[in-house]
Amino acid sequence: MTESTTIQAALQTIITALKDKPGALLPILHAVQDELGYVPVDSVPTIAKALNLSRAEVHGVISFYHYFRDTPPGKQTIHVCRAESCQAMGGKHLEKHIKESLGIDYHETTQDGKFSLEPVYCLGNCACSPAIQIDHDVYGRVSTDTFDRIINETEELA
Amino acid sequence: MSITIYVPCDSSAVSIGADRVAKAISKEAEKRNITIQLIRNGSRGLYWLEPLVEVLTEEGRKAYGPVQVADVASLFDANFTEGGAHPLYLGLTEELDYLKKQQRLTFARIGITDPVSLEDYIKLDGYKGLSNALNQSQADIVKAVTDSGLRGRGGAAFPTGIKWNTVLNTPSEQKYIICNADEGDSGTFSDRMVMESDPFVLIEGMTIAGIAVGATQGYIYLRVEYPHAHIALNTAIQKAYEAGYLGDDIQGSGKAFHLEVRLGAGAYVCGEETSLMESLEGKRGLVRFKPPLPAISGLFGKPTVVNNVISLASVPIILDKGGDYYRDFGMGRSRGTLPLQLAGNIKHAGLVELAFGATLRELLYDFGGGSASGRPIKAVQVGGPLGAYLPESQFDTPLDYEAFAANWTVLGHGGVVVFDDTANMAELARYNMEFCAIESCGKCTPCRIGSTRGYEVMDDIIAGKELGRNIPLLRDLCNTLLNGSLCALGGMTPYPVLSALNHFPEDFGLNEKVNAA
Repeated sequence: MTESTTIQAALQTIITALKDKPGALLPILHAVQDELGYVPVDSVPTIAKALNLSRAEVHGVISFYHYFRDTPPGKQTIHVCRAESCQAMGGKHLEKHIKESLGIDYHETTQDGKFSLEPVYCLGNCACSPAIQIDHDVYGRVSTDTFDRIINETEELA
Repeated sequence: MSITIYVPCDSSAVSIGADRVAKAISKEAEKRNITIQLIRNGSRGLYWLEPLVEVLTEEGRKAYGPVQVADVASLFDANFTEGGAHPLYLGLTEELDYLKKQQRLTFARIGITDPVSLEDYIKLDGYKGLSNALNQSQADIVKAVTDSGLRGRGGAAFPTGIKWNTVLNTPSEQKYIICNADEGDSGTFSDRMVMESDPFVLIEGMTIAGIAVGATQGYIYLRVEYPHAHIALNTAIQKAYEAGYLGDDIQGSGKAFHLEVRLGAGAYVCGEETSLMESLEGKRGLVRFKPPLPAISGLFGKPTVVNNVISLASVPIILDKGGDYYRDFGMGRSRGTLPLQLAGNIKHAGLVELAFGATLRELLYDFGGGSASGRPIKAVQVGGPLGAYLPESQFDTPLDYEAFAANWTVLGHGGVVVFDDTANMAELARYNMEFCAIESCGKCTPCRIGSTRGYEVMDDIIAGKELGRNIPLLRDLCNTLLNGSLCALGGMTPYPVLSALNHFPEDFGLNEKVNAA
């Protein structure tokens, strides 16, 4: 199957399962992103048609929410908390180190496609600041050294 | 006696190694041929001691912490399974000062049980409130909540009973209960702890709310940043359905209540109730004009109760022990307790549930033990990213909604973020404006444009450019945001910005204190 037919097949399954929920658009977008890692631009007309919405409305929703992305992410996504509690515990220093060691800024993906970097405004881990999240795993009291170690371990596992 | 060991599954405890410690304990026990029962409980909220390992003994539960994988073998050597002495031994958990000095009502069960065990929940007084509610009239349930004096714990502090009464008295075929679990305020984690560590208490509170106002459908709008809470809630909801605590006939009463978790998608503004409802309806999270109030025309145009996690999680104990019991805690018009969250640069970060009335200073020093860095505390931001920074001169303010309001500060959701003297308040004020710009829904001009102009002006101020012109400009801009914004995002961003400027003018390149708000 081509990439586009794979996407359409996944979309159809998701749409059939969720389209009758009240306020179905967000659950559908979440399911698409969970399945594919992003919400492809190609999926917008199909979703719009299924929910009897305009493409502009669907695009508007995708672009409103920081979490939804319309480009494929790296193998792993690193979320770095930028909020006050983490700042109070050296978060800015950590943020700078992460950007420098990965060689990318926020909303970018490393050239080898391993990591995407996103800011996040609070992981609710404020009692163990500074915090980062790699995919679904949260790490607390992260120093520049522990960040390097976590990344090395992650790369070894990959 | 069989050996029972507790290692928290709370995501913060896991973020600093609890899963690895649990694994190491199992492995070490196996190696030594010791049979143990390992329970993954919630967190007690003493995060500087996490991962906090507890062992059940005849005297009670004994605590060891903070435990790292490297400590596990020595714990076994010290016979910790029977409460043996070890450098990490802390004493009986219940006797720990930090816990003992609290008044845990909403957090009564948290950290004690396996969060998703319905049996544990019921054993520890769970579903007593619902059972009482099922024997009362709708008006009496609402009256109990009104009498308790409970006010919205999300931050706005609106009386919960009055909101419920409006929905009860608005006729409609369909009504909704929404739990606002979009805990986006930085420095707050009490909602997360409730959902991860005692999800049934939230489910019970929402069920009582549904029965009280005649709503049969509930939604928990959960932020996507909380995957652990998502799993715990879904597991607990499924168990509640299986045991007849949710569904079309709750405990044989003939009353129906259904519950579903919906995920947000990283928009801070969706913690604002009307924006949240737009999001639930599948739209961009644009803030709605009020009126109409959500209680009259809310989700899908129907009467809707929108309450914060802590508000709803406080309902079961009110229905169990009565409105008077809850009301007898607190001071002035702030009744009951507030789960405070100590975060940032503080030695003993954690969850402190206290009756209203203690001072910020007690919280920072008696509980918090001063700054983590050991340097003087310079400022404390209370109430999330829209809360003011308090200087040392305001630390004696009692934790009470009105006392905070009188200082032009806000108690909000009870988040307390501590900064030591290395913090630069102008940089923080710039961040607050930038945060508003990133998170603005864009519906009203003051917030959408004002926040961007705000961090641009802050850039100039930080660079020392034309302070005589730019400081008044910043104040003027804040005035527009305060008075002209549609919701609290634009309307309260001036709180942190102006409090930073007023209390720490030296960080803005000014020599003297400026008193005007």
